[in-house]
Amino acid sequence: MRTLLSDKKVSMRDALSETILKLTQEDENVYVLDGDLATSTKIDIVANENPDKFLQMGIAEQNMMSAAAGLATTGIQPWTFTFAAFLAKRAIDQIQVQIAQPNLNVKMVGGYSGLLTGLTGKTHQALEDIAIFRSLANMVVLAPADATEVKKVMEFAHQYEGPVYIRLARDAYPTLFSDNYNFELGKAVTLKEGADVTIISTGTQTSRSLEAAEKLEAEGISVAVVHMPSIKPIDKEAIIKAAETTGAIVTAEEHSIIGGLGSAVAEVLVEEKPVPMLRVGVKDRNSESGPNEQMLEKYEISSNHVAQAVKEVLKKK
Amino acid sequence: MSNLLSEEKLQLLKEKSIESRKLVVHTVHNAGAGHIGGPMSAVDVLINLYFNEMNVNPEDARDENRDRFVLSKGHSAVALYTVLALKGYYPIKELDTFDSMDSRLQAHPDMNILPGLDMSTGSLGQGISAAVGMALGAKLKNLDFRTYCMIGDGESQEGQVWEAADVASKYKLDNLVVILDNNKLQQFGWGENYDEREVPVANPGERWKAFGWNVIEIDGHDHVEITKALSEARTVSGKPTIIVANTVKGKGVSFMENTHRWHSRVPTDEEFDNAVQELEAGV
Repeated sequence: MRTLLSDKKVSMRDALSETILKLTQEDENVYVLDGDLATSTKIDIVANENPDKFLQMGIAEQNMMSAAAGLATTGIQPWTFTFAAFLAKRAIDQIQVQIAQPNLNVKMVGGYSGLLTGLTGKTHQALEDIAIFRSLANMVVLAPADATEVKKVMEFAHQYEGPVYIRLARDAYPTLFSDNYNFELGKAVTLKEGADVTIISTGTQTSRSLEAAEKLEAEGISVAVVHMPSIKPIDKEAIIKAAETTGAIVTAEEHSIIGGLGSAVAEVLVEEKPVPMLRVGVKDRNSESGPNEQMLEKYEISSNHVAQAVKEVLKKK
Repeated sequence: MSNLLSEEKLQLLKEKSIESRKLVVHTVHNAGAGHIGGPMSAVDVLINLYFNEMNVNPEDARDENRDRFVLSKGHSAVALYTVLALKGYYPIKELDTFDSMDSRLQAHPDMNILPGLDMSTGSLGQGISAAVGMALGAKLKNLDFRTYCMIGDGESQEGQVWEAADVASKYKLDNLVVILDNNKLQQFGWGENYDEREVPVANPGERWKAFGWNVIEIDGHDHVEITKALSEARTVSGKPTIIVANTVKGKGVSFMENTHRWHSRVPTDEEFDNAVQELEAGV
């Protein structure tokens, strides 16, 4: 299922682009709503190649989300695209009242999540979107780790009846999955077995976690890596099993340590199987614009920071 | 008499409007909670929509081809609930459950539990956008239903209303009719003194015209004018219509009329009796 952490990086946005075009071509009810970021999110492919399925909603995210709710009541499956920051923070009341509570079949794709948003800085980054979306009843929250998984979760969301939030990143990431990978809602994916500690990661932080695990392996620390593409619903059994088999957990996400994957995992551990745990994420700080590697370093979410957390959590065992 | 409306129909609409207002006052008094001024101003338009204009059937509340209605000023839900009950969506007796635990008649409309509701609303500015989505959906799916939406003048202070206005205009949604319940008062508002409040949004017709809408201004308590406006909206092509319905907050009960104090006040037993008397006398 898993290919090795390859040097070949494929853009999540390209995968999104191809997949959404195909969905609009294959399903008469799939329409794309753009908050005027089509060239950034790369859904401009639909405007160019299947223009009847492309609805420009302008720079007005609140109206876009409420209108998507109205469209969904007529049998259309609206796919809304903007930056994660604007979905999670600008239009969240609309999403809660008119999409999540009524359980309407609206797909929300948040591009440019996390810190690495192409030098755009704190207005365009989303470090809170997982926390916000997973607190809404009825909401499914997904964060794929590579281009293949982007395609798979989008295909899943298309088949699923109800609101789905998909968290995507701007840049290209190493390929982790081959095309016969099968995404399952609420299921974790074990990418690497290990005995001493389990890293549970999501989205873009999964490839950094694998990198960390490989470095640690060279130092004689045996680390399991469990990827969590489905943050809500979350795979409780996988978390409990990881606690039982390795006795210590590190979570890793390109998100605030408040309310995200780390919190979701901690909620399960505290109630079901308390073991030593550390969270890698942005530590309750505002961020800034800057080059990727420097951002990962300054905000303490690089693979080295994940490796460091593993060493620290080992001391607590 | 307009040839759009027979004498019998006009009489029916007037009677239903009085019945609806009595039920609004009863329901709020019974529940000991709820809004009253805004619902009373909205009643005539709502009755006209459900008993004259819209193609809806309580027996088939989810019919794909039914006309849609969105109460964007969701806090006036109690008015809509009385109209839906009178129309036969559920027993009138159910109004007594308003605002209580497990009731389908939530303080603000919940489309999941109450038949006849086409959208959940309550957070202002959102309903009109959903109505835009419905009207756009009808165009995309080649369905010929029409979408109606009522907004408040206080609600029009929400920026989202104008986002919706812009997009509806761009998509030429001539199957969309928005009715502005222009009762000229909001919950508290602003003004020089407590009793003289400024209108929430000045010159609404001009604003909507600037956004490219067909604007019709009427007396929102006159069923002949309401009927004519809704009928005229059907003849307009290439743009959405807004009906600026000039109304009176608290309409029908003298001591509730034109005062922001009755935005969400519950009548005492004595006030309730007086209100019912006035409504029955057809004040």
